[in-house]
Amino acid sequence: MQLTVNGQTHTVDVPADMPLLWVLRDVLHLTGTKFGCGMAQCGACTVHLDGAPVRSCVTPASAASGRATTTIEGLSTDGSHPVQRAWAELDVVQCGYCQSGQIMSAAALLQQNPRPTDADIDAAMSGNICRCGTYQRIRAAVHRAADLAEGSA
Amino acid sequence: MNAHFDASRRDFLRASATLGAGLVIAFVVPGPLRRAFAQEGAGAAKPLPAPNAFLRIGTDDSVTVQLAHSEMGQGIWTVLPMLVAEELGCDWTKIRAEHAPAAPAYAHTAYGMQMTGGSTTTWSEFDRYRQVGALARELLVQAAAQRWGVKPADCRVDNGAVRAGTHSARFGELADAAAKLPTPKSVALKPREDWRLLGKPTRRIDTPEKITGRARFGIDALPEGVLIALVARSPTFGGTVKSFDDKAARAVPGVRDVVQVPSGVAVVADHFWAAKKGRDALKIEWDAGKNADLDSDALMARYRELALQPGTPVASAGDAAGTLAAAPQRIVAQYELPYLAHATMEPMNCTVRLGDDRCDIWVGTQFQGLDQPNAAKAAGLKPEQVFIHTMFLGGGFGRRANPQSDFVVEAVHVAKAAKKPVKVIWTREDDMHGGWYRPMFLHRFEAALDGDGMPSAWHNVIVGQSILAGTPFAASVKNGVDNASVEGAGDSPYLKAIANHAVELHSPEVGVPVLWWRSVGHTHTAFAVESFVDELAHAAGLDPLAYRRKLLADAGATRHLGVLNKAADAFRWDRPLPEGHAKGIAVHASFGSFVAEAVEASVVDGKPRVHRVVCAVDCGTALNPETVRAQMESGIVFGLSAALYGAITLKDGKVQQGNFDTYPVLRIDAMPKIEVHIVDSGEKMGGIGEPGTPPIAPALCNALFAATGKRVRALPIDLAKAEAPAPLTPPAPAASAGAAG
Repeated sequence: MQLTVNGQTHTVDVPADMPLLWVLRDVLHLTGTKFGCGMAQCGACTVHLDGAPVRSCVTPASAASGRATTTIEGLSTDGSHPVQRAWAELDVVQCGYCQSGQIMSAAALLQQNPRPTDADIDAAMSGNICRCGTYQRIRAAVHRAADLAEGSA
Repeated sequence: MNAHFDASRRDFLRASATLGAGLVIAFVVPGPLRRAFAQEGAGAAKPLPAPNAFLRIGTDDSVTVQLAHSEMGQGIWTVLPMLVAEELGCDWTKIRAEHAPAAPAYAHTAYGMQMTGGSTTTWSEFDRYRQVGALARELLVQAAAQRWGVKPADCRVDNGAVRAGTHSARFGELADAAAKLPTPKSVALKPREDWRLLGKPTRRIDTPEKITGRARFGIDALPEGVLIALVARSPTFGGTVKSFDDKAARAVPGVRDVVQVPSGVAVVADHFWAAKKGRDALKIEWDAGKNADLDSDALMARYRELALQPGTPVASAGDAAGTLAAAPQRIVAQYELPYLAHATMEPMNCTVRLGDDRCDIWVGTQFQGLDQPNAAKAAGLKPEQVFIHTMFLGGGFGRRANPQSDFVVEAVHVAKAAKKPVKVIWTREDDMHGGWYRPMFLHRFEAALDGDGMPSAWHNVIVGQSILAGTPFAASVKNGVDNASVEGAGDSPYLKAIANHAVELHSPEVGVPVLWWRSVGHTHTAFAVESFVDELAHAAGLDPLAYRRKLLADAGATRHLGVLNKAADAFRWDRPLPEGHAKGIAVHASFGSFVAEAVEASVVDGKPRVHRVVCAVDCGTALNPETVRAQMESGIVFGLSAALYGAITLKDGKVQQGNFDTYPVLRIDAMPKIEVHIVDSGEKMGGIGEPGTPPIAPALCNALFAATGKRVRALPIDLAKAEAPAPLTPPAPAASAGAAG
């Protein structure tokens, strides 16, 4: 099957039901997308399919075929996406394991809603668990990213 | 400040040119290992082995700090380099950090083995890493002074360069010359008032790789030819494989091998999905073993009975039993806390490549000092043949500090049996079922109040498994008391203000593997003690804040008082709250730091809702205030998850939770506003990774009492089961008030 990931097309020989997460990690060696739960409970595996956030741990690879997959590695080449810049400014990360998923969820939210309220952020980000408890900084950083995105637009 | 090295210490300090060009600052280790180095030809004038390096300054101006501790979110990746940079005077933007390999040179300065835990990294490395920076600076200055024919005293160091008059040279230009100089016998460390970096909020230096997906965690290790393995483990603790049929598993495309290991049956495959499907297809008959009947409800019932029996004395003064027996009324309360899983975001995993005389291990671990010998034993090699490549930890919280190295040793066994490099990955369910929990605990209290409503007697019986029993640390269990079971209760400052007190412990042996869980014993002692003190205040008809202030003042607990007052003031304790909102407060010291937390909460649809947490922390000196704030926020969220939702329960020997649907944790939509205030006392330095956790559960439950008039006496919080305030009982028969009075 053919997969387009971060603009590059790959031909992969995997079972059709194999979750996209494991194709990314174990076949394409794009390890920025993380495994946390395997049942769409924690959001660590969040990637974009045609710009929309999906949990790659429960998305069969076949469902990504013919669509554009974007992973954390493809969000920007140098960490310059407004969400990444805001994350750096507000010192959001701790262990960092969930942050690829948090950033992908936040980027998708801002794409759809450039000026989210706290309630919008809570609704869009409540599928992403952070055991280090960086939620307060995540909220603030999403607002900051909205500012940065507006400034750079 | 001037750090003088005594004769023995001086021998351990060397500067040496290794690892190519540039300056390497190394601490040579004493004793047998030093002799071992000598046999390899390493002496004063000869290069030291690479693992000894703490700092490398390259001719390209790069400054690389080797970390003797593991980064698991707590920020040591930034603060240890800050210690070096403060003394070295390098360009902060040029500094890099790396996890050190496993080697005796990186042993914990207080514990003697390489490890990260107990919220100790910063204070235990405060001198060593500053000395590393100061030594390097001295050598660079001497090299510059010699080059220019000036006195070292006429040189100054500024942002990665040495200057004197019109002369100027970057560190990279001086590194080779500096490496050839003899090491100074002593170095002067800067007085605190001269600090330019320490004490200033400083952003993390691991952020760029963690926001781009470049950071490598254990689960991301990709040695050439690595296969993925999942292990089918016994559904009961201590169970063993009787027999298995792997025919269907081997038929799954991508499955390469199925091997038996001591912990179960491993399916080795090209990728996770094949390993998972292969494991699902295994047919295994288990011998459930002696823990097949474990039931956490039955166990708690047993603990309740134990709590009525005299236990091992932990602390005592005066005559608690007599005072309680003679009291016109006693206040009795009991608190129960469940087993808790660490549930790190990154499930357990370990990657092993085993050769004939070398074993490479890629893993996120807190316990290199024990993983190395434990892995060596499993591999049939010597510890020095085991090379641990410490990766970023996707959370540790104590789970990755296992004296038995369970997830490391198992992976060595799989690699050995499969004869291939393997990465063993635990699913979330494997991780949740896998044991090594915060032990279940019960605290029973009885107290008597004097005419002013202050406690005249205090009796606390604690029941729960010992973490240290049966580990290499068992020797620290003194007189039958594992301090990890009683810390925060046996040494509570309130005891000093209560003339008659007795604290006792029961440590039942149970077949559930238990381990330290972020803040260890303080997770339950703070909840129990700070809930009960609150009950006493209400029984006495006094304000719980004023009640604590009085007790702490009587006890001379000035640092407790300092944070309590700061949190109360910042919370504006006396100001009315919105309709339906209520407040609670708690104060607790752990790991050398003092933390008070005030909570504003309400009840929405029968469930607690936390609106605001105001935290005050005194860790002595906040070397990176940004890290201190982040760790308080983190510890509070960790404690809230446990208070609101956390419980591992067992029925018929099996753990009943599996994933985040049955073991919920706090999500952003339940996140309160958290304010952190740092009390800069300048007193003895404590830790910050754990002390934010203990006070939050009691502060919240005290607020819920204020909101509802009902006491939460069991975690996780279930308001439907909250109880009436502590019963006041008539005098007890003398015999039942404990033996340790």
